[in-house]
Amino acid sequence: MKFLTEYRNPEVAQRYLEEIKKTVTRSWTIMEVCGGQTHSLVKNGILNMLPKEINMVHGPGCPVCVTPLNLIDKAVYLAEEKNVILCSYGDMLRVPGSEKSLLEAKANGADIRILYSPLEAVKIAEQIPEKQVVFFAVGFETTAPANALSVVHANRLGLKNYSILASHVLVPPAIEALMSDDECHIEGFLAAGHVCTIMGTQEYYPLVEKYKVPIVITGFEPVDILQGILMTVQQLENGEAKLENQYARMVRENGNPKAIETIYEVFDVTDRMWRGMDVIPKSGYQVKKQYETFDARKKFSVNIPEAPENKECIAGAIMKGIKKPFECPNFGTKCKPENPLGAPMVSSEGACAAYYHFSDMVNKIEEIEA
Amino acid sequence: MQASKKIKMQLSCPMPKLDFEVITLGHGSGGLLTNRLLDSGVFDLLSNDLLDKRHDGAIFNLNGKTAFSTDSFVISPIFFPGGNIGELAINGTVNDLAMCGAIPQFLSLGFIIEEGLTMKEFWEILVSIKFACEQAGVQIVTGDTKVVERGKGDKIFINTTGVGQVHPQANIDISNVKIGDKIIVSDNLATHGIAIMSVREGLEFETTIESDTRHLNHIVKELLDEFGNNIHLLKDPTRGGVATVLTEIARDTKLGIDISQKNIPVDEQVYGACEILGLDPLYVANEGIFIAIVNGEVADAFLQKIKTFDHCQNAAIIGGVVEDHPRQVVLTSGIGGKRVVNMLVGEQLPRIC
Repeated sequence: MKFLTEYRNPEVAQRYLEEIKKTVTRSWTIMEVCGGQTHSLVKNGILNMLPKEINMVHGPGCPVCVTPLNLIDKAVYLAEEKNVILCSYGDMLRVPGSEKSLLEAKANGADIRILYSPLEAVKIAEQIPEKQVVFFAVGFETTAPANALSVVHANRLGLKNYSILASHVLVPPAIEALMSDDECHIEGFLAAGHVCTIMGTQEYYPLVEKYKVPIVITGFEPVDILQGILMTVQQLENGEAKLENQYARMVRENGNPKAIETIYEVFDVTDRMWRGMDVIPKSGYQVKKQYETFDARKKFSVNIPEAPENKECIAGAIMKGIKKPFECPNFGTKCKPENPLGAPMVSSEGACAAYYHFSDMVNKIEEIEA
Repeated sequence: MQASKKIKMQLSCPMPKLDFEVITLGHGSGGLLTNRLLDSGVFDLLSNDLLDKRHDGAIFNLNGKTAFSTDSFVISPIFFPGGNIGELAINGTVNDLAMCGAIPQFLSLGFIIEEGLTMKEFWEILVSIKFACEQAGVQIVTGDTKVVERGKGDKIFINTTGVGQVHPQANIDISNVKIGDKIIVSDNLATHGIAIMSVREGLEFETTIESDTRHLNHIVKELLDEFGNNIHLLKDPTRGGVATVLTEIARDTKLGIDISQKNIPVDEQVYGACEILGLDPLYVANEGIFIAIVNGEVADAFLQKIKTFDHCQNAAIIGGVVEDHPRQVVLTSGIGGKRVVNMLVGEQLPRIC
């Protein structure tokens, strides 16, 4: 397949690996920001192929993982309302709320539908005017344009029964939060290629300047990731801190202007709570006042008290790259994908779940238990 | 080839003229309406000496070692590209028996119908059942029909149970799996699961991918004729996919399994769909394929033989049973990295991005 198999070519991957080994002279800590990259690192077995000097830590870039507990509780509450159809991307369904997940709510009879596009949800709203259709609009900058477009579209159609429960999060403020955290010792970043495809590269220059840290915008295939790591290591070894674009086949300096325009038509920037981290200033999108009739938070008065996160979960330390999943005493024992204690174990892109699915921990643990 | 046969079959089995178009609760009451439904052509369509007696059960002789298996089918949608729930229900149990090294002979057929299913849909399913039985060489010898209220089912559920005599040369048993054995898949992975996914409400996407549901018993019989007890294990990687089957084998045998990504056959369109949906073909459900674990010494000959059958041209040796990493399946990725393959947790859900 064009643009896919080329980036999974074993010879090319091997060449980049050799180059990384030749370049590296000391240990470096590099964070891949995006959960998709974490998934690719473990799925392709890259972590075990890298020289031991390269310490990859796994960032907070999994939208499913960082969606606050309280918002999941709100989604469950709305889904259980009699006249509501709650539509969601598939992997949000398994995420545990404080009492139950959407999957459990579905099993109890809530009308919850798994969709690929919010425009499908608008179609359902058109077809079933007697029901309120709510789309659970989570994700980074990547999914924001489609979610915004669904609001524009519903507005154009004059729909009164469509709204979104928006919880968008933004990458640059998260990098800022990590870099200003004293516990963090990240020396270079692989930035998320798909986010930059939408937003462009401009937002990252100030970060490179301020924190003197190399940022390489990187794709998701094994060759992309190895090249991104090599570019970061080369900068680090040369004492440089630049913004570079490994994913140039997709990412333009100005991103996708049409998509950005649609985002700002519907959303404005707000402070946002990140599950496992904290409130990060100006790190999310909320629905603008002029579109508030499409904002599920305003449309339905849902007052769910904040439930406490499980204290045994070290999600913050994992997502800041301070600890590795297997350094958590509950990893694979009390905390498993089928019964996660916290955020990074819930989606296959969360660092803990990625390690769990693709590592040999499971069998080892089962052996110990046996 | 198969598609044209199907059309011919449907033309030769026109739907009988009936005074009802929709199946209602009364058709499952056991009374007049049930008889009318069954007399409308169901018995004629599936006719054989044992079924025609219309007794409470079928009476027949069983000789020697016998395999016995059951499976229930609750698929949605009931009609999908490349097939429907009817042929799936027959092929499913036929293939489960074949995986025991048996020659499937007699099947039971149980319907749980949600009222409101149209007679036209039911007839189409029945014709597929007849076709699948003829292809596999099995007979429906007993059956049952129940109708439930609207909302208490999902159009139609089917249960089939079957028996078959075990092939005299077969010795299929997980305890036969040993270090040095090779793992062979009979054709491309993930085709059925992606075909179903492509027509699921809310997830529809345009594709020409069709389910590969088919009976495997004739192929298995010929392989058993030639390779006998060198075939150590046969498995039907339906739900949970190839990954789940292999992890179960590694766990139960306490042996290690190595597989190689680059040898795993997947159709290009299916591969593309998996990429878009964020699914791993190793975990997607299959219907028309099987996994064989065979003595390493006959693996190449087995592969040559299996490739001579229809729908097995993409058969491949995907890995082997090893001494290292007991109880684990280790996959060598396309770029040469290694990772452990684990069991699927819950349903495989499409990812956000």
